[in-house]
Amino acid sequence: MRKITKALLGATTALTISAALPSVSQAAELTLCWAAWDPANALVELSKDFTAQTGTEMKFEFVPWPNFADRILNELNSGGKLCDLLIGDSQWLGGSAENGYYVKLNDFFDKEGIKMSDFAEAAVNAYATWPKGTPNYWALPAMGDANAWFYRKDWFAKPEIQAEFKTATGRDLTVPATWAELIETAKFFNGKEIDGNKVYGAAIFTERASEGITMGITQALYANGFKYEATPGKYDMEGAVNSPDAIKGLEEYKELYKCCTPPGYTDAYMGETLDAFKSGQAAMAMNWFAFFPGLYKDENVGGDKIGFFVNPKGTTAASTLGGQGISVVANTDNMDGALAYIKWFAQPDVQKKWWSLGGYAVHNAVLNDPSFKDSQPFAADFLVAMNQVQDFWQEPSYAILLQAMQKRMHDYVVADKGTAKEALDGLVSDWTEVFKDDGKL
Amino acid sequence: MTDTDTSLLDKAAEKAVRATPAPLAFRVRGLSDRAIAWLFITPTIVLLLAINIFPLIWAVHLSFTNFRANRPNAAIDGVGLSNYQRVLNDPDIWQAMQTTAHFVFWTILLQMLIGFTLAHLIDRKFRGHAFWTTVILIPMMLSPAVVGNFWRFLYQPQIGLFNYIYSFFTGVDPSSFEMLGSVALSPWAIIIVDTWMWTPYVMLICLAGLRSIPDYIYEAAEVDRASAWRQFWSITVPMALPFIMLAVLFRAIENFKMFDMVVLLTGGGPGSTTEVASITLKREAFESWRTGRASAFAIILFVAVFGLANIYVKALNRVKQR
Repeated sequence: MRKITKALLGATTALTISAALPSVSQAAELTLCWAAWDPANALVELSKDFTAQTGTEMKFEFVPWPNFADRILNELNSGGKLCDLLIGDSQWLGGSAENGYYVKLNDFFDKEGIKMSDFAEAAVNAYATWPKGTPNYWALPAMGDANAWFYRKDWFAKPEIQAEFKTATGRDLTVPATWAELIETAKFFNGKEIDGNKVYGAAIFTERASEGITMGITQALYANGFKYEATPGKYDMEGAVNSPDAIKGLEEYKELYKCCTPPGYTDAYMGETLDAFKSGQAAMAMNWFAFFPGLYKDENVGGDKIGFFVNPKGTTAASTLGGQGISVVANTDNMDGALAYIKWFAQPDVQKKWWSLGGYAVHNAVLNDPSFKDSQPFAADFLVAMNQVQDFWQEPSYAILLQAMQKRMHDYVVADKGTAKEALDGLVSDWTEVFKDDGKL
Repeated sequence: MTDTDTSLLDKAAEKAVRATPAPLAFRVRGLSDRAIAWLFITPTIVLLLAINIFPLIWAVHLSFTNFRANRPNAAIDGVGLSNYQRVLNDPDIWQAMQTTAHFVFWTILLQMLIGFTLAHLIDRKFRGHAFWTTVILIPMMLSPAVVGNFWRFLYQPQIGLFNYIYSFFTGVDPSSFEMLGSVALSPWAIIIVDTWMWTPYVMLICLAGLRSIPDYIYEAAEVDRASAWRQFWSITVPMALPFIMLAVLFRAIENFKMFDMVVLLTGGGPGSTTEVASITLKREAFESWRTGRASAFAIILFVAVFGLANIYVKALNRVKQR
């Protein structure tokens, strides 16, 4: 009997220990979720320092961009526990704050002495606050980003091409400063034979499924003075979303798409525009700053062959915002660990290293450093862009608003349906319905 | 078997009964055939209720609410028939239904014509017909994901084989047209791929129909000096018709809910040109997160398909009885 009792006791102890072990290891482990792209690799490298300092193992869940929103929003909506920390899109802030998916960080910031004034103002407003611009912080600005342009500097420098351009347009071949110049330059290069290959003017975003065409078109819209509301906070979109300037911007984007994109680029986003440029097909291309370190290092088209420029002006200077803040997922089992990571990440030295590894830090200690502008060939443009960024709606209903825009814009630009005015009028009608449903109108 | 053996067995059985706890023995011995039958089918029924019937009933319930799956904390209010009204008055949804109908009509027409012709040829048992049957069946054995990606490359205007072959025969610049990016061509691009993949399936069903026709009917027709054309229209087609109709039913149901191939080839684009009903439904449910409205749309689709399929099956039964 005693033997049986001992055996039972032993078995129970073993079971208890084995059951406890995973939770012990979980406590010293954090899972960070983000999109699978170049900066994510830099973050893996950076986080090794956190592990060395705290002993907390970092696990990463990187989801390819086309599935990122679907995958992560499903995770949040279903109350999953996959992510302790999440670097989520700025547009998710409203929904995630109102649905209680993110932890509000104000008290934590106060307790740890983390000041939002240490970060670029535009980045704080875009990546951390909800309601937008208020001192309610749901994230720490993690990765500044904006949509910008890059071009074949070596082609632009060829004397014969410069001469031909001068003859054709009456001006020098320079980096486009306005949307009119951008289209003119793209038309000039389109169909030209350079280095034995037929090349095209520009590779731009046209993707339908997620957010691609919206992120591309807003470059032209914002530069032409597009506004979401006539009066901020009033949701009065008539006359703002479909203003004559917005119509002009949309027409310009379509003109660029029709005249100068490589064949088959009817559903192109980040990967496709990078491919077009890297394969030597495109003279110019748009993409997020996040990809610029990788492009600059590219053996075939990087180095001296590539140049960068911010979004050209229309009636105003503006760029489409990218980038994300890092949030603590309310459902985490390791709240202390997750907050410790945020505290560590907010340190100026860590932010400096983040930039040096290829992440776009928006800490003033990095941006205000006198050497920053020359630290990378695109650093100065990044500063300019971050000071003129505009973001899409961050409302809890952002997904419906985004889908409506994706549809209207793709129908007009790619499928040739209707006019720019009809597309924007339709968008006003779609968005009005959404805000009425939400009780905001 | 001797008496001693029998008594030994009886004793063993008696011992076993005594060793069995009374309630359990009662329960086991007390089960009727009907109870045992229930015991066996209950797990299946529970599973069916859990994964088919309950979600259906729940979807019906949600279709009358303003529920959004991405707003777990928001109040769920009843909205009456509003979701149904909005779905039925939404021009985009009618556009998607038209696109679906166009897609279903042309794929079925082409698959029936080509499938039946192939079945007729294969039925003649020429030399190597087994080999060619296998070759023809290959596309339907592939995964739709593979087929979608594979054809996406074939249709690529700069490096795709499709454009080059067309260019070879017509002299047109291969990159001058886009099968997947053109409003006019993209619906046909999907129809071509679906026809390529699923015609073998139709062929198989038609072949089964053709092989089920007894030879003596043709022999009798020949004795009556009926021409081959007459035999085809008066014997082959009527006798294979139930099989053809079955193939139409299967393909119509499949193509009505076609999703994977369209997503892989065009994603519903350009614009909304190839956005079939299933894609609209997915966007409504999992991108816009209007769960209530998506449920209403799903119920409408379900009723439409279920109703049409029922009418069709009745017609099929009538043809079979003739």
